[in-house]
Formats: sequence, C-alpha cells, structure tokens
Amino acid sequence: MADALLKIEGIHKRFGGLHALNDVGLTINRGEIYGLIGPNGAGKTTLFNVLTGLYQPDEGKFTFNGQDLFRQKPHVVVKAGIARTFQNIRLFGEMTALENVMVGRHVRTKAGALGAILRDRATMAEEKAIRDRARELLNYVGIGNVANERARNLSYGHQRRLEIARALATDPTLLALDEPAAGMNPRETEDLQALMEKVRSSGVTLLLIEHDVKLMMTLCDRIAVLDYGKKIAEGVPQEVKSNPRVIEAYLGAAHA
Amino acid sequence: MPQNQSKRMLAFALSGIVLAVLPFIVGSTLGNSWVRTLDFALLYIMLALGLNIVVGFAGLLDLGYIAFYAVGAYTFALLNSPHLSIFMPWWFILPLGAILAAFFGIMLGTPVLRLRGDYLAIVTLGFGEIIRIFMNNLNAPVNITNGPQGINMIKPIEVAGFSLGKPVELFGTTYNSVYIYYYLFLLLAVLTVIICHRLQHSRIGRAWVALREDDVAANAMGLNIRNIKLLAFAMGATFGGVAGGLFASFQGFVSPESFGLMESIMVLAMVVLGGMGNISGVILGAVLLTVTPELLRDIIGPLQMKAFGRMIVDPENARMLMFGLALIVVMLVRPEGLWPSKRRKAEFHDALDDGIPAADSQAADGLKG
Ligand SMILES: Nc1ncnc2c1ncn2[C@@H]1O[C@H](COP(=O)(O)OP(=O)(O)O)[C@@H](O)[C@H]1O
Ligand SMILES: [Mg+2]
Repeated sequence: MADALLKIEGIHKRFGGLHALNDVGLTINRGEIYGLIGPNGAGKTTLFNVLTGLYQPDEGKFTFNGQDLFRQKPHVVVKAGIARTFQNIRLFGEMTALENVMVGRHVRTKAGALGAILRDRATMAEEKAIRDRARELLNYVGIGNVANERARNLSYGHQRRLEIARALATDPTLLALDEPAAGMNPRETEDLQALMEKVRSSGVTLLLIEHDVKLMMTLCDRIAVLDYGKKIAEGVPQEVKSNPRVIEAYLGAAHA
Repeated sequence: MPQNQSKRMLAFALSGIVLAVLPFIVGSTLGNSWVRTLDFALLYIMLALGLNIVVGFAGLLDLGYIAFYAVGAYTFALLNSPHLSIFMPWWFILPLGAILAAFFGIMLGTPVLRLRGDYLAIVTLGFGEIIRIFMNNLNAPVNITNGPQGINMIKPIEVAGFSLGKPVELFGTTYNSVYIYYYLFLLLAVLTVIICHRLQHSRIGRAWVALREDDVAANAMGLNIRNIKLLAFAMGATFGGVAGGLFASFQGFVSPESFGLMESIMVLAMVVLGGMGNISGVILGAVLLTVTPELLRDIIGPLQMKAFGRMIVDPENARMLMFGLALIVVMLVRPEGLWPSKRRKAEFHDALDDGIPAADSQAADGLKG
C-alpha cells in the first residue's frame, strides 16, 4: 500500500478567460519520483506555482503530509516541507553561491535581530551551523569549489545545481524541480540524473517537470500528462508512453 | 593572521585617537561652529545608516524617512520641555522615542507591503509629509505640538546631574557644549555602526538582501516577506527615532520645518552618494553631505568679495547650485556611489553581461517581477 505524501483534488486556476488548470487531481507517494509532462503552455509551471503557494488556486483541495495547504502562503508551504526550483533560474544573483544556500536555511533557523546584534552564543552557534550545512550541500550537489563565486557568474549548469542546493537547504520532504535539465548537454543531464537519484535515495520525494522524454522514462516511477490544463493520463512510464491521448497531445502540439 | 589582526588593531587605535582629538583640532583652527558641524555629521551618520537598512539592505525606497526623525525629536521635545511642563529623564524618553518611531515604521510598512519601486516611493513620501503636517497643525483645538512655532527650551541631556548643554571648564579653557555632545554622538554613532554591521552579517541581513534581489524567489525559499520588510522598516525607524531625540536635546528647539521633504531627500542622497548598502560608503556620504554645504558657505561669500568687491550671486543660492552640480557630477561618474559595496558595484558594472535572466524572461515561471 503506497503512502500518499501529497494529494490534490479538483484544482482549478483561471487567468481571466484562460483556464490554466482544469480539475487537476493527483497523488504523489512518499519516496517516489513523480514526473509531470505536457506540451508547452499545458499548465505544468502553473501547477508548481499553485503547489508552492505562489498562486492561489480558485477551487480544489490540497493536502500535504497530513496538513491542509490549500491557499497557504509560500513560506508556510516551505515550512511544511515543499521546496522548488524555477524553470527560469531565480537565484540571488549578487550573493555568493554559499550565501544563496544559507538563505535556504532561513526557514529552519530562528536567530532574530536581537541575536544578530548581541551575537550571543546560541546565535553564533546557529550561524556556524547554517554555514556548515550550506557548504555541505554545495559539496553534495557537486559545486563546493565555487562556494564564494557570485551566483550570477556561475555557469548555467552550476546555477541549476545551486538552485537545487538552495532548495535542499530548506530540508524538504518533497523537492519540486521545474525543467532542471533544460539547456544542459547530454553529459550534464546524466550527472543531473545521478544527482536526482541520490536525492531520492536520501529519502526526499521528487516532483519533476521535464521535456527530455528519455530522461523521464528512465527516472520516474510514475508520470502524469497535462494538456490544456487537464490531466489526460497518469501511470508508470510504459503505460503513459503508449497512451493514444498522450501521443495525440504531443503530435497535435508538434503540428500546431 | 596575527599580523593582519595587529594591523587592524593599529588602524582602530589610530582612528580612535583621531576621532578623540578631532573636535579640539577643528575647534581651535576653525572655531566652534565647525565642531557643531561635526556633531551634525555624526547625527546624520546615524540617520543615514538607519535609512540604509531600509533602502540599501532591503531595497525598499523610502522617501519619508525623516518622519521617524521627527517622531523621535517631538517625543523628546514634548516630554522634556516647559511646553507641556513635562520633564522626564532623557534615558527614558530617548528609548521611548525610538520605540515610537519603530511603531510608526510598522504603521508605514504595513499598508505598503505590496508596493514596490515608484509606488512605494510615492506613498512613503506622502507619509513623511503627513507627519510633518500633523506637527504643523496639532496646535488646535488642543495645543500639543505648538504648531509652526515649534517647541523650545528643550532640556539638554543630563548625566549624573551634569548637563551636557552647559559649557565646561577644562585646564583653564572653557569648552562649549558642542564638545561634549560630540562625544555622546560619537559613542552612539559607533554603536550604530556596530549594530548595522552585525545585522548585515546575520540571518536577518541575508534575508534583507535576498528580498532585495528577488522577492518571489525569497518567498519561495520560505522567507516571510511581510515580517522581513516590517523588520527593516522598524529597525531603520528606530535609528531615526534615536537621532531625532538627540537632535532635539542638542538644538533645544524643534519645529516642523526641520522635517520637510528636503531633509528626507538629503538623507537619501547621503545613502546613495556614499554607496547604498555599504556602511563605510554611507558614513562617507553623510560626512560629505554635511560638511560640503558648510564649506561652500564659508568659501563662496568671501571669495566673491575678494574677486569682485561685492556679492554678485546670493551666496545661499550659489551654495545650493554648486552643491547640486556636485551631486549630479558624482552620480554621473559613479552611479554606484563613491564607496559601494562589492555587490552593488558589480551590479552596476556587469549588468550587461548578465548570466541570470531578468524580468523579461520571468514569463515562463508565470511570475511578474
Ligand atoms: N500569471 C499568469 N497570468 C496569465 N496567464 C498565465 C500566468 N501564468 C501562466 N499563464 C498561462 O497559463 C498557461 C500555462 O502556462 P505554464 O503553466 O507556464 O505552462 P507550462 O509550464 O506547462 O509550459 C499558459 O497559457 C500561460 O500563458
Ligand atoms: Mg513551464
């Protein structure tokens, strides 16, 4: 019996006349890698934004780890254990790689202004712990050597990894990655795949948007397909691949 | 490492000595009015560093900052002058002014939480004016602030029965109160610097920078944007409140005139000219913008008399003209400020070869910048 971590039901999101998410429901089980595919404009990123509190859905239900997260603020969602990366990398460009990850620790730490001013022992210990953990995470994603570079100066592949490290710094139960392999060469994609396997085996559940079908087929335990804001298929990769509606959606999109 | 440390100690010791004897050197060569200018420079350092938290660290453009200075000053004036015949000890009303200012900071911060850039600037500007207009008009039906006349005979700060407002005699020479205030202001300015430095290099300081760099990403990383913004407004306002209280006790007189838009812009100019976000830069900006106008005052009039035998341009106008020109030139040549933080400097210099997609490409994430 699979153990549900995240469950959404009947999610709707409209932008004016555009029905970006139309009655979307899905369940992500603890420990799996769950893939989300679909043509451009299908609503994948919109769903991410709903799941991370950046968009308020119009209707639906959303529970995570036994907690109701429907229409919750982004910082509440992060605290509950969902972290994400962005399709268009959104790092804090002028901060160093290390500082970026340290910001990710914010939600799990608590030193306030008074502690900062007094520099009492607890604050200093916490600060050191933040720094150590951030370094550890940079090494974990394989970019420990650029810890003190400003984020905006990093190579594209490094920026993608840094976003993952920053998200991991929030101690997520579910890590949601929006097209992490976009713009990567085959070699980098392979390394990224290894990293995602590593993250999963550390006990973090993964939600993944990706266009690289081959990557998705090998990596994901289950895949859902979105088209025009609707979920048109869901299942193990082999099922989804041979689903006529999916083939049509992709061919249709290719012809459009 | 130990060598580096001893170098730093030496630098600290040297600047300590210079700062300690500065008023005597300035006073004996240029006169007491210049010591007074030094005092104001220290006061403006505190103000500018407070504003720097809001504008430089957190990236929130605040054009009404002087309102907090006003709150601190009026708190001190009302509670320690014959105007309401209330005389409370300074050690109580100075912190009270700071707390009230912080409260006003949150009052300003709450409604503007969702505003950015230009809109934020306009609302904060309005807030500053509202406070000033209140001070101007709260003399009827009940006279609280004494309106445009302001409040005078504010009692100076007293330490152990010893009033800082009275001249002191030392080794047969009488020293004006501007000397004693110098040391008080110096102490508090140094304290402000330490606090700002510590805040900058803390969990909170990082959150402010993250907010400045990308508030959506910051929010998505779990930062509570509302609290972080309000904390910036409140912390900044606190320094404004303390500086205001000191100003009131130092001047012995406050009126709404001291808290106009021009003052807000002046403090902002200190932050921007010196180098937003960089503490040393902001200090430099505050000192330059306090001292230069005074310097011009001393130079322009006499220079005209010497050259032409009469005043051709009104010295006050000429002074502001030259001052304005100097500001424009500096901002053209060094838009990042005279002494920017490394981060800020880089922002200005490699904005073009940007590795990170800016606002235009945020469409794919469906989030507007
Ligand atoms: N903030 C927004 N305002 C208006 N329309 C939006 C917004 N965000 C996304 N959309 C629209 O919703 C649809 C789905 O977009 P998106 O979720 O980004 O697709 P995908 O990530 O699957 O490519 C698109 O038509 C897009 O233009
Ligand atoms: Mg997308």
